[in-house]
Amino acid sequence: MSTPLPPPYDRTAPNALGAEVRHDEKARFDFLANLNVHLGSKLFPGTKTAFEKRVAPAFKKTKGRDLANRVEVRDAMKGDPVYQFWAALRRNTMEMRQQAGRSVVYRQFDKLTERARALNDAKPTLKLDPTTKIPRYLAAVDNHCMPGSYYTEIAPDDISGPANYDIGIFVTGAGASSARGDSGGRAIVKFVRESFPDFKPKRIMDLGAGIGTNTLPIAEAFPDAEVVAVDVAAAMLRYGHARAQAMGFNKVQFIQAALEDLDFAPGSFDWIQTTMFWHETSMPTLMSGLKRVYELLAPGGMSLNVEQPNFTATTTLWDQFTKDWDAWYNNEPFWSKLHTLDYPKLMAASGFAKDKLFDGYANSDVEPGFYPDWAKVYDRHGPEKSVEKAQKRGWYLFGGWK
Amino acid sequence: MTQIDVNALANAKAKGKRPYFFDDPAVERVLAITMAVAGELAVTRERLDTVERLLEAGTSVTKANIEAYRPDDDAARERQEWHAEYINRILRIVHQELEGLQNDDVSPEQLADDMAAS
Ligand SMILES: C[S@@+](CC[C@H](N)C(=O)[O-])C[C@H]1O[C@@H](n2cnc3c(N)ncnc32)[C@H](O)[C@@H]1O
Repeated sequence: MSTPLPPPYDRTAPNALGAEVRHDEKARFDFLANLNVHLGSKLFPGTKTAFEKRVAPAFKKTKGRDLANRVEVRDAMKGDPVYQFWAALRRNTMEMRQQAGRSVVYRQFDKLTERARALNDAKPTLKLDPTTKIPRYLAAVDNHCMPGSYYTEIAPDDISGPANYDIGIFVTGAGASSARGDSGGRAIVKFVRESFPDFKPKRIMDLGAGIGTNTLPIAEAFPDAEVVAVDVAAAMLRYGHARAQAMGFNKVQFIQAALEDLDFAPGSFDWIQTTMFWHETSMPTLMSGLKRVYELLAPGGMSLNVEQPNFTATTTLWDQFTKDWDAWYNNEPFWSKLHTLDYPKLMAASGFAKDKLFDGYANSDVEPGFYPDWAKVYDRHGPEKSVEKAQKRGWYLFGGWK
Repeated sequence: MTQIDVNALANAKAKGKRPYFFDDPAVERVLAITMAVAGELAVTRERLDTVERLLEAGTSVTKANIEAYRPDDDAARERQEWHAEYINRILRIVHQELEGLQNDDVSPEQLADDMAAS
């Protein structure tokens, strides 16, 4: 099997804030995307071979029993040379991607700051609150190895961290997140339209919206709805608001608040969306947060959450280990616990009626007009990285109606 | 102009203790540097590819023309194929190790012992 070829960086949508990505910088992103594809499709399967052929048998020989859980698998794998190589390369490739993106952003720091300032200036749709506190779970480690995380600011009106996030998002999934990085948002829209064709939300909140990558497809699909993107990080909102304005989304509001102290009246929203949000919080936040979501929904309103799927009775120890890899080695500390939870139970405990819960997979089509026909979209859901039809396998989601 | 150190900022570390996977972290440091150099060679190679394609098209090779160059579908494919082949070549040793594992290779010492046994 030859290595699948990801789309080239050159065929993604130009940066909305006009960041320049030079010839050599694109080439660097292309190298890294191809390296990610190689690691996922060529080297990663070898770690399973090593597990089955020597790691698991050696454990059994010394301990006189089989491996009992994913932590034992992790510890047993630590000494395996093929695994060591794959893991070291994967971690290093993520670090290189950050370096590559940041070197693009900081050389044009002033230009980008000014551009965002001009787009944000005096707009009532951007509401920042400097008293907002960064929760401990965000402050303790920089999630997915992104230096400075979402919130660090090195100068007034800083947008550099989020600019790097946006510019390099391509590399992680080697293009699977689409030309604008918004395949999640487009998948959500497709799912909602197909599953609930009569749903006509008037007020939508995207909680933990980040730079609004996946918010804008929702705003586009429901042009009559009032759309509010909430995030705790001012830098993300500044960048996201400027990006939305530059893309012609003039009505979408970007509001700074921590979920813990959202200032909206109960029953204010018809749809509260979270996309890859809960896994970067904590157990107390998830439990109180879902209750808050229920409270903020109007009767007949919908909570929809794109998240990591939970482990089930049939998830093998090997799959558990690989799905937990990011928790241990990509600074996603809550990810591991989240995998073991029972979403329907949590939703029910938050007020949702059991018979009004749903879950499923949402998928989007590759956006036409950007990628060459030969490009193979690459699966970013978990390190196993099956290559084709990634967008068809889709995004796990769970939700409920009030 | 904001006074910033672009290179230091580009190299910033993510907060949180870094895991090392090899028994000796020195191996991992050298691997990281090797991969960074490999990446830079890939960048240079792609630039050279652009230069060749400009020359072939009779376009003058200037920095501006290099920046403005947009590969068509076929050229882009050839460039991605090159990356794939290149990465495959530099990671040869790991793949051979894996192949040995898949085939249950025996070691030369063991073979030598086998052959010597009467
Ligand atoms: C992984 S990002 C997801 C961004 C976005 N939903 C998307 O799909 O691109 C998680 C976001 O949640 C935000 N966040 C984390 N904790 C939060 C909290 N307690 N309240 C509001 N936002 C929070 C972070 O600042 C970050 O932008």
